[in-house]
Amino acid sequence: MAKTDLRRFAGFRVTTWLCLLVLYAPLVIVAVYSFNASTSITRWGGFSLKWYVDVFTGPEAPRFRDAAINSFVIAIAAATCATIIATAAAVAMNRTGRFRGKMASLALINLPLMVPEIVTAVASLIFFITIGFKTGLMTIFVAHLVFCIPFAYLPIAARMQSVPDMYEQAAMDLYATPWEAFRLVLLPLMIPGILSGFLLAFIISLDDFLITNFVKGAGIETLPTAIFGSVKQGIKPNIMAISTLLLGVSVVLVTLSWVIGRAGQSRN
Amino acid sequence: MAGAAPGGGASRSEVYRGSGPRLLLPAWIFIGVFLLLPVILMAVYSFLTKEFRGGVIWEFTFAAYDQFFLNRGLFGDEPPTIEWTYLGIFWRSIWQAGLATFFCLLIGFPTAWYVATRPVSTRSVWLFLITIPYWVNLLIRTVSMKFLLRDTGPLNEFLMWTGVIAEPLSLINTNFAVQVGLFYSYLPFMVLPIYAAVERYDFALSEAAADLYCDSWTTLRLVILPAVKPGIVAGCILVFVPSLGAFLAPDLLGGAKTFMIGSLIEEQFKGAAGNWPFGAAAAMILLTVVMGVLLIHARAQMREDG
Amino acid sequence: MDQKNIAVDVDHVVKRYGSVTALHGVTLDIREGEFFTLLGPSGCGKTTLLRCIAGFEDVSEGMIRLHGDDITPLPAHKRPVNTVFQQYALFPHMTVLDNVAFGLARRGWSARDAEGRARQVLKLVQLTDFAKRKPGQLSGGQQQRVALARALAPEPQVLLLDEPLSALDLKLRQAVRVELKQIQRETGIAFVFVTHDQEEALTMSDRIAVMSNGHVQQIGTPREIYEAPVNRFVADFIGETNLLEVDVQTVLGGRATVALPGGTVIDVPAADGAATGPGHLSVRPERITPTDGPGSVTATVDSHVYLGTDIQLHAKLDDGTPLVVRMQSSGADIPAQGTRLALDVEAGAARLLAD
Ligand SMILES: Nc1ncnc2c1ncn2[C@@H]1O[C@H](COP(=O)(O)OP(=O)(O)OP(=O)(O)O)[C@@H](O)[C@H]1O
Ligand SMILES: [Mg+2]
Repeated sequence: MAKTDLRRFAGFRVTTWLCLLVLYAPLVIVAVYSFNASTSITRWGGFSLKWYVDVFTGPEAPRFRDAAINSFVIAIAAATCATIIATAAAVAMNRTGRFRGKMASLALINLPLMVPEIVTAVASLIFFITIGFKTGLMTIFVAHLVFCIPFAYLPIAARMQSVPDMYEQAAMDLYATPWEAFRLVLLPLMIPGILSGFLLAFIISLDDFLITNFVKGAGIETLPTAIFGSVKQGIKPNIMAISTLLLGVSVVLVTLSWVIGRAGQSRN
Repeated sequence: MAGAAPGGGASRSEVYRGSGPRLLLPAWIFIGVFLLLPVILMAVYSFLTKEFRGGVIWEFTFAAYDQFFLNRGLFGDEPPTIEWTYLGIFWRSIWQAGLATFFCLLIGFPTAWYVATRPVSTRSVWLFLITIPYWVNLLIRTVSMKFLLRDTGPLNEFLMWTGVIAEPLSLINTNFAVQVGLFYSYLPFMVLPIYAAVERYDFALSEAAADLYCDSWTTLRLVILPAVKPGIVAGCILVFVPSLGAFLAPDLLGGAKTFMIGSLIEEQFKGAAGNWPFGAAAAMILLTVVMGVLLIHARAQMREDG
Repeated sequence: MDQKNIAVDVDHVVKRYGSVTALHGVTLDIREGEFFTLLGPSGCGKTTLLRCIAGFEDVSEGMIRLHGDDITPLPAHKRPVNTVFQQYALFPHMTVLDNVAFGLARRGWSARDAEGRARQVLKLVQLTDFAKRKPGQLSGGQQQRVALARALAPEPQVLLLDEPLSALDLKLRQAVRVELKQIQRETGIAFVFVTHDQEEALTMSDRIAVMSNGHVQQIGTPREIYEAPVNRFVADFIGETNLLEVDVQTVLGGRATVALPGGTVIDVPAADGAATGPGHLSVRPERITPTDGPGSVTATVDSHVYLGTDIQLHAKLDDGTPLVVRMQSSGADIPAQGTRLALDVEAGAARLLAD
């Protein structure tokens, strides 16, 4: 006999599909139109890759290429440093017992998540100008590093909580120094968490527009600021092509982090 | 970005006892020097005198706050009355952010529920589908929405093709477009924490409620909603706080009439206005509101945890 | 006892966690080559004491010496002491061989020598064929033996084992007991073994320390602990016993005369510290037998439990004190409920306790 399923509510499934439609429709439409042969951006003129060719060879190509290089260099550097700092912080929060200022430190690590982006942007600009730090790649890197730390911290700390400390105790019982216990035992067990922390920080850095726009200084662009500058003059097909490429990068990275996460789970 | 602070620090383990402060030093240096200190400096700036075309003169004044809250007439010599221009912008921001939170909850709760009640085998795929847009560049998503809503954009074309409308709707540069943009930007933030709460929900409670003569909607109201409330509250904060200070959606999808606090602040530094102390004051006011919301949430949570 | 034969000397160790005191001044010594067991109910501080010896916890007060040297200030990785963890804690990302060689490598052995020694120890625990597997691919019993091999490989001066058999099923547990004892004898290393299973403690140990609430209650051989418990806690915790409230009339040279409930006076062995006045007499159920004569006490039968070779009678003395009597089931009739029985208490096997 069929019983009523207590988990089922009328309309929830439709709402979910609606939610997915809302989330994906704009992205899919832009991706589709990026293959549009027509110069009029909304009339469909057949399939073509010409806007992708334009991205790499067109008049704006050098600008976008430089912006892309800046974006990726900064994202890699900021995510790497943030991952190291976050790993150290996670060890401190999860493996060193109680000490003074622990709760304050947790609040500090999460501070970049709590301060609205526009406020961080303004404060960073004021700070760099006041201390006479020349705005440029370096300021972008530092600003990105700061807000990448909590994003790297979240998966790393979560993973560390799920690795019991008995392994490191066993290592120390077998004459490993604390550093050896960390390097030979905890670190290898943390790899999935560290990788997803890195990827998260990387995506977040790549994603940032507002803070970058404030601290970038004249003449230096990252992909988001370059795209923003372009869009201000109207959406052109080459922007849709770039957007689609960046979309692809995000999807690949998220998939990667998802696969790593699953692998990490199934191994335990 | 804003959010509650998970990833707690209650662990009892102390295998590296004594090295805590040393390991936290880099985090303190970078976040302390390059975020905490700048925010403090910004607070100082909000009390300084403006220099035309950006920058400040190091003279103490309340002028920025005065300008934000009070109207002293064109020449500054009339008795002060309340200045509604900026409060109006602030109010519009709160209203838009609140509305976006409401709509996100309306769509996000059923979605989170549905995903969390899928069989374990397919659940993570569903979750994956919901999270992907969250990781796609916000600028690109906003631009996509702008493209979709254009007067000659796909949405209007589609509606005209189906014959629902004869003339294209003028959607862009309206409060509606900004609302859609905010909703679209932060929807995943609502789904994820609610999903986490529903996943922990003990369905035996629903069974107990059904056993005690609740129909499914009564169960939802009396048993499920209270149980997953922490997730709902977290989701609402995660949507409300960044919506309040949003810049991209109002800037790209809105116009002069849809100005929000984020754009107001941005304009003081990047735009023509160039009034740094005023921008810093507006940012301070925004920060105060956001921190207030987070503090209330943290205290409520602490009270519930006992 | 000669000072030289003492491997570990725990000297008035106190361990506090905030307001909780887990160890209240524990003093005991563990001799070289001995199988020493810490026995006690859950939460009594066994793990805490073991972790203090291993160096995972700082002691709040007191001192721990290893062969006469104070090791209290040394961190875990500098103590020549190894642990077999309750959950084994085998490094999941390393092979069995790498796990076993881990401690050797840390002590500066060359990779070659470490591997040789690791293989030798694996042979001792009969796991030679599993050297290249990962811990996740082993059964519980095999993991347990890897954990043992890993801890034995660096030839520690003392091996600490925290309930190492608790994760195994009953059958395996019994087999491993024998094996463990044999390995202990072969290696001659002092084992400090934690358990809350008294049967395990009685069958394996050379000496047992019974703990409760952070105090050591009694230290002795299994036989001393079972037959000559010093106080109510030990008597009650080890095996089954009857605690009779008696009136102690004289105590002299390890013996005492006591008046049982009902008035019969008998002469029994007494624990150190027993005094005249009201006291407790411990009598094992099998040392009380129904008799045709007048008996030392009389009781009314409440119920019985049939245990196969034995029958356990639950009875009450006239003053209401519950009494358990164990009698052989062969031949005898089972006394019906309400029957009044005359019972003999075997005076030589009873014991007057210190509290
Ligand atoms: N890290 C700690 N912080 C606070 N109290 C603790 C800590 N570790 C142990 N305790 C307390 O110390 C007491 C002794 O604990 P211990 O783990 O030594 O017991 P045990 O005899 O090993 O018990 P079991 O047989 O259950 O393993 C307990 O009351 C426990 O709650
Ligand atoms: Mg224990």
